[in-house]
Amino acid sequence: MRMRPALIAAAVMALCACGDASGAGGADASPSRLGLGREVAPHEVAKFDRDVGPDGAELPPGQGTVAEGATIYAAKCASCHGAKGEGMTGGFPAVIGRPANAEGFPFGGSSEPLDRTIGNYWPYATTVFDYVRRAMPQLTPGTLSDAEVYSLTAYLLAANQVIPMDATLDAASLRAVKMPYQDRFVPDNRKGGREVK
Amino acid sequence: MTSRRDMLTKTAGALSGAMIVGVPPLRDAQNPRDRRAAQAPAAPPAEQPMLDDPTSAPGAPTSAVGVRSPQVAPVRTPTGLIQGSSLTPHQSLSGTITPADLHFERHHAGVPAIDAAKHELIIHGLVERTLAFTLADLQRFPRVTHTYFIECSGNGGGAFRRPRPEMTPQQIAGLTSNSEWTGVPLRTLLNEVGASREATWVLAEGSDAAELTRSIPMSKIMDDALIAWGQNGEPLRPAQGYPMRLLLPGWEGNACVKWLRRLELGTRPWMTREETSKYTDPLKDGTARQFSFEVDAKSIITSPVYPDKITRGWRPISGIAWSGRGRITRVEVSTDGGATWRNANLLTTPTPKAHVRFERMWEWTGGETILMSRATDETGYVQPTRTALIEARGIGTSYHSNPIYGWKVASDGGVAFHGET
Ligand code: HEC
Repeated sequence: MRMRPALIAAAVMALCACGDASGAGGADASPSRLGLGREVAPHEVAKFDRDVGPDGAELPPGQGTVAEGATIYAAKCASCHGAKGEGMTGGFPAVIGRPANAEGFPFGGSSEPLDRTIGNYWPYATTVFDYVRRAMPQLTPGTLSDAEVYSLTAYLLAANQVIPMDATLDAASLRAVKMPYQDRFVPDNRKGGREVK
Repeated sequence: MTSRRDMLTKTAGALSGAMIVGVPPLRDAQNPRDRRAAQAPAAPPAEQPMLDDPTSAPGAPTSAVGVRSPQVAPVRTPTGLIQGSSLTPHQSLSGTITPADLHFERHHAGVPAIDAAKHELIIHGLVERTLAFTLADLQRFPRVTHTYFIECSGNGGGAFRRPRPEMTPQQIAGLTSNSEWTGVPLRTLLNEVGASREATWVLAEGSDAAELTRSIPMSKIMDDALIAWGQNGEPLRPAQGYPMRLLLPGWEGNACVKWLRRLELGTRPWMTREETSKYTDPLKDGTARQFSFEVDAKSIITSPVYPDKITRGWRPISGIAWSGRGRITRVEVSTDGGATWRNANLLTTPTPKAHVRFERMWEWTGGETILMSRATDETGYVQPTRTALIEARGIGTSYHSNPIYGWKVASDGGVAFHGET
């Protein structure tokens, strides 16, 4: 259901008209569109277009369970993120963790560094699916099947006490997950001017 | 043994005879200058010795690629990690342009090796024509060249939360660099693909192993966003996104996606990991700012700094200032710990969203003091103290940190970082 594209030609034409400005040299006025670039077929785009947004509209078919996710996690993730998802020094972040002192979104006021985890920080569950599928495991990204990514997402959400330990995730159920601290995220209110924000 | 006189005569012989008319007789071998020359070989070896008198023998021949003087060895701070950062040594730099090989690095899965002949930027989604552009395609559009800084929003986070006296400008502010960028305005490409009016957000994706993605509001894309392919007169360095990157002037570096391979036009942000888990700014009121792209005005003195030891007398207090919201209009310097402030000279005409160098001459007459700088931008925003930032945001906000930085001068001339402003 593609929306009918409308052009923003007027504004752009004004900005592209720089070819005229050189005066005495007599540069040729170039048209607003140069006809460059290669037309790309939809199936070619599909290879790259694997992002999943917060409404989960792009989630693929497939499903996975928490239990399967735990097994895959132990085999493919624990070496860097720790057996319990506690993270490791050297830039390997914690992926599981709900310590009491980091509940209630205390991060901004806290002078001690608190791990911001999927459970106590991340606003959208779809981000776990999208990120793990595109970027993990760090040394062999792109090797997980969609079913494995559903399983890992289920395991990480359950271990972070967001969904039950016996859950199965598919597109519909992942779409329905609401993260505990989603409502804490607010638009940037800094605008310049005299006030420090 | 060839004396300097012999060499000069030989050289001169190869040139026009008129050129040696009026050359005064050379001093004899008793002169230390001449003795040194007598020992120098006729042809300079690969490892060029440093002569007491560099006029006493010819220097190195021309070379394919220039190198720094062996006396000058500024370095970044690599960590060996692929998800790490490496910082610009601001204390070693002058002027405003960061040499490309010293531009800071911040990667999430290393620097990919990309064949520019195979790399394409696909623009799709809410467009009339889905098109892919190679570097060669991009280079056929009208170009723009502008100087802009890039700053990682994590710049200064450590110095804000845990300031330590032995911090250098590199450690405090090395996650910003300033370059002359050449490329094509993104709105030109959006005209080429026929962007829909419905599009409000654009997803930018990199061709690195993190497939790093950020959602960018269409308003910025249509304002001054560039697809940059040139940096300081040469192609982008791989660490800066070769062959092409997104450049969002004045906005946090993470959003300026390197190795750009895809732009998707849509109607809502994608809530990627880099705009949720990371690069959001938690505040003390229990909220977190999201899509906090703009860089607040900031400055830092880069000389004198830790670990300098200064002597009495006059010297310039020199540093850089920048704002993501436009031009720097004023930089003030305090030499008494913030009690009084005086305008510094801006050594270049400030341009929007670029580093400007400031300087103020100062006479140290002995005794302890604290040097500080503070920047004002064209919106009237004044760089705040650390105390004011903690008051407004909380100590846990480490992104977009821009407090006034101080340098404490001890009575022995030793300089140390003073972060508690
Ligand atoms: C070779 C080490 C390594 C392996 C194996 C690995 N990761 Fe990671 N992971 C990392 C690093 C490093 C980061 C941080 C990357 C960055 O900072 O951009 C990360 C980040 C993450 C994050 C985001 C954390 C946050 O707070 O933003 C998640 C989620 C994650 N990994 C899940 C996984 C899963 C699931 C697996 C197994 C399929 C896995 N990782 C395997 C190294 C690894």
